[in-house]
Amino acid sequence: MRIELERRPEVSRLFSLLSPVIALALMMIFGGIMFLLLGKNPITALYSFFIEPLMEVWSLHELAIKAAPLILIGVGLSVCYRSNNWNIGAEGQFIAGAIAGSILPVVFHEWHSPLVLPLMLLLGMLGGALFAGIPAFLKAHLNTNEILTSLMLVYVAQLFLDWLVRGYWRNPGGLNFPETRTFDPVAVLPEMIASGRTHWGFGFAILAAVAIWFMMRYTLKGFEITVLGQSERAGRFAGFSTRKMIWFSMLLSGALAGLAGIAEVSGAIQQLRPVISPGYGFTAIIVAFLGRLNPLGIIVAGLVLALTYLGGEAAQLSLGVSDKVTRVFQGLLLFFVLSCDTLIRYKIKLVWSNLTGTATEGAH
Amino acid sequence: MGIFEAILLTVITAATPLVLAAVGELVTERAGVLNLGVEGMMVMGAACAFIATQVTGSPYLGILAGIASGALFSLLFGFLTLTLVANQVATGLALTILGLGVSGMIGEAYVGQSGIKLPQIVFPVLSDIPFLGPLVFKQDLIFYLSIAVVVGVNWFLFRSRAGLKLRSVGDSHASAHALGINVIRMRYLAVMFGGACAGLAGAQLSLVYTPQWVENMSAGRGWIALALVVFASWRPWRVVAGGYLFGAVSISQLHAQAFGIGVPSQFLSALPYLATIVVLILISHNRRTTLINTPASLGKPFVPDR
Repeated sequence: MRIELERRPEVSRLFSLLSPVIALALMMIFGGIMFLLLGKNPITALYSFFIEPLMEVWSLHELAIKAAPLILIGVGLSVCYRSNNWNIGAEGQFIAGAIAGSILPVVFHEWHSPLVLPLMLLLGMLGGALFAGIPAFLKAHLNTNEILTSLMLVYVAQLFLDWLVRGYWRNPGGLNFPETRTFDPVAVLPEMIASGRTHWGFGFAILAAVAIWFMMRYTLKGFEITVLGQSERAGRFAGFSTRKMIWFSMLLSGALAGLAGIAEVSGAIQQLRPVISPGYGFTAIIVAFLGRLNPLGIIVAGLVLALTYLGGEAAQLSLGVSDKVTRVFQGLLLFFVLSCDTLIRYKIKLVWSNLTGTATEGAH
Repeated sequence: MGIFEAILLTVITAATPLVLAAVGELVTERAGVLNLGVEGMMVMGAACAFIATQVTGSPYLGILAGIASGALFSLLFGFLTLTLVANQVATGLALTILGLGVSGMIGEAYVGQSGIKLPQIVFPVLSDIPFLGPLVFKQDLIFYLSIAVVVGVNWFLFRSRAGLKLRSVGDSHASAHALGINVIRMRYLAVMFGGACAGLAGAQLSLVYTPQWVENMSAGRGWIALALVVFASWRPWRVVAGGYLFGAVSISQLHAQAFGIGVPSQFLSALPYLATIVVLILISHNRRTTLINTPASLGKPFVPDR
């Protein structure tokens, strides 16, 4: 048996919508098999992984808190990936934003003013953008592969944060724990809805997604991004600059990742610790693809991936399976998303024997 | 043994996994496929090698398990990118994410267990050569394999007919296809070879470098191996040079601490990553040489016309 691809005359709209759904279904099936192998009842396991977290108000709030950084980062990455710039260092930009934004509440903690919070958010965006500016500069002006440089900088950012919270920024009254002082109330991102913990980071995420959706759909910039991503040559003929696009997409995604970082620290953790992210920057790559690089799709995808984090925690408590299951689910999901995307541009044919293959070849 | 020899020994141990993974990826890329999943295949190899060793008691079966797991895992990547023509960059990332997840899950029961270190194979007489002997002739099997793989790959790529075919597939898949070469099969084999090498590199980590299982124990080495391929401009012997250079950088933190140099450990830990960036800049800022050396079909999908 062989698999043959036949290019569709045009992109299939049906499968553009269906492919993420098929991917999710496949993930569930494989996830069920995995739970079976782990000796759990797959139905109850999947239920406690994917349904139970949706049944309580507090856990819906947790979902929004976890979805906020995923959506913010994922939306920025979608602009990068659409324009063919492979920023995979959003995790580092998230940390850089968190550090830059925390300068005010940690170093200038005696300054109490309503200006603190907006300045923190700005600094966070600036920090993320500057950190993404390094691979952008290297790619735009020195022709250096952005995939590797942006990823290497993740490790650098993690180590820098580790050094800060164990050294100069350690809480003087914190019994030597590696963490900064907790933020003053003026530096804490307020809650958005009265019923629970969801902070304004989620609001920013939705706003950013809608704004970028508008940009991609209705503005010249959006057109420029798409054209340069699909054919650099065609873009050059249209007078678009690849170099400027590298800067634009990287700085934009860096700023959004930085905003996600400071929003997470200020809204959810309220201090810096050696580890402030369960891999949001990498999971957001999955979010971007599951949302088919469409900002509105990314909102949904962000909620789905946030659910895998919550489900992992829930399954650990109720089933006693490792929370590592979350990462497996996320990896499986990305695999299925990428394979289902083939359906959009190709018809997949199963050819049962070599004979029919040669027969059709002869007919052409 | 002098301090200098001791340092060189640790450099060799740190460099071997980099050399192995990079040479495997080099073959994959020479066939025109960019597999960014080296990190994932490596960490899978590390986990499977460690588990197999703990279960069977034999580190040699562990090596086999590492190689097999890397090759099998790379097949996933091959199926998506070669059969389903999915985006290679994104699929490579998926492989890394999945590898880190699966290895963390299957390895969880083995965290904290002390493993079995791969024994040294001592060449009689040769190992008595002063200085060189203990460095080169008193090593473990994986070190010898790493040298053999480099020699073999160099011969294969530039001295054998099959190697010529493989390079033609990487440089122009359409022409290779027109000449009757089975492009997809060649690429599958190259991807699996890359996976096997990455798996073996992982086995070195959990059987030689630190004989235990720690989650994410590859710690970015897969990515550094990817950078090494660029650094080496797709030539096997330059991979060795680069690998040993990086090995030296990455163990500098241990020795700096031993000598009491007052730099925070985090800065020294960041050195290999920073060095990678510097090296990439130096190698790629000359656009022309990069273009000449890069396999021309690298990362481009191939769908045969029917």
